[in-house]
Amino acid sequence: MSDPVTRIKAKVRLEFTATAGRDMSRFLTSLLDARIVGRRCPSCLKVYVPPRGPCPTCGVFLGDDVELPHVGTVTTFCTVNVPFEGQVLKLPYVLAWVLLDGADLAFLHLIQGIEAADVRMGMRVRAVFAPKAERTPSLEAIRWFEPTSEPDAPYEAYSAFL
Amino acid sequence: MKHVLVARMPSEGARDVGGVLSSPYLLEYTYRRSVGPVVGRFLAALRDGRIEGARAPGGKVIVPPSEYDPETAAPLVEPVEVGPGGVVTTWAWVSSPRQGQPLDRPFAWALVKLDGADTAMLHAVDAGDVAAMKTGMRVVARFAEKREGSIRDLACFVPETGS
Repeated sequence: MSDPVTRIKAKVRLEFTATAGRDMSRFLTSLLDARIVGRRCPSCLKVYVPPRGPCPTCGVFLGDDVELPHVGTVTTFCTVNVPFEGQVLKLPYVLAWVLLDGADLAFLHLIQGIEAADVRMGMRVRAVFAPKAERTPSLEAIRWFEPTSEPDAPYEAYSAFL
Repeated sequence: MKHVLVARMPSEGARDVGGVLSSPYLLEYTYRRSVGPVVGRFLAALRDGRIEGARAPGGKVIVPPSEYDPETAAPLVEPVEVGPGGVVTTWAWVSSPRQGQPLDRPFAWALVKLDGADTAMLHAVDAGDVAAMKTGMRVVARFAEKREGSIRDLACFVPETGS
């Protein structure tokens, strides 16, 4: 017989349509105008950004829009050291949970403008938006967050969001 | 992973409540994996246009071959050529094939017990119409013209003519 086969291609492929929903669509569309818009729960008054329909604690639909500032605090983060196909950023870089001032939910984004080794919990950061012509209704409208020159937030300021 | 985001225009009715965005996503992992000596031999035989199983110590012929006998756990080392004809033991009709499936027209997924085998293997049967499918029907392997050592070298099974 001929030589045995040692390896096969075993591609995993999933094509699907993702629908953002009404609240998430509003958040994504607002990013086109460099606005970060969350929503407040009418019951517990927490501000969710990005908003996701009902409040997970109270089970009621979220109420009014709340526009949030572009600055916030790194609650926790990880440093990416492993290369993978399609990577565009230079290693190592940092992915962080950013709690915007006035928000009750952190969201995940990139940190740039600082050495990965210097990123820390409590660091104050500001959103850097893509130029208007390059923005799409996605989280990529925010390119990344970079440090402000403010002093770090005290642990008590974000410990409830870890 | 590649993903593309586009905004779909909301319908007239949906505009009152604001646009809802949707986007096509493609999630793809281009894995390659090693197959080991037993499956490697099975795939090499398919490349040669033959179907090989393995004989277990108790005499049963297992197709596709597993590395170990499911009854005694003994390594399966004796290759046995089977087929290319066989019998459909059970099947399910696919009226709307999806991308990446073996055939681009309606077909049956079937368990086919090849001549000389004691187990049935899952593969596609190109029967043309669901009315042509029947448990117990005889089928024969159709090999791909271009073969590269993959399960797809066995393109599908087709109903045996004259059966």
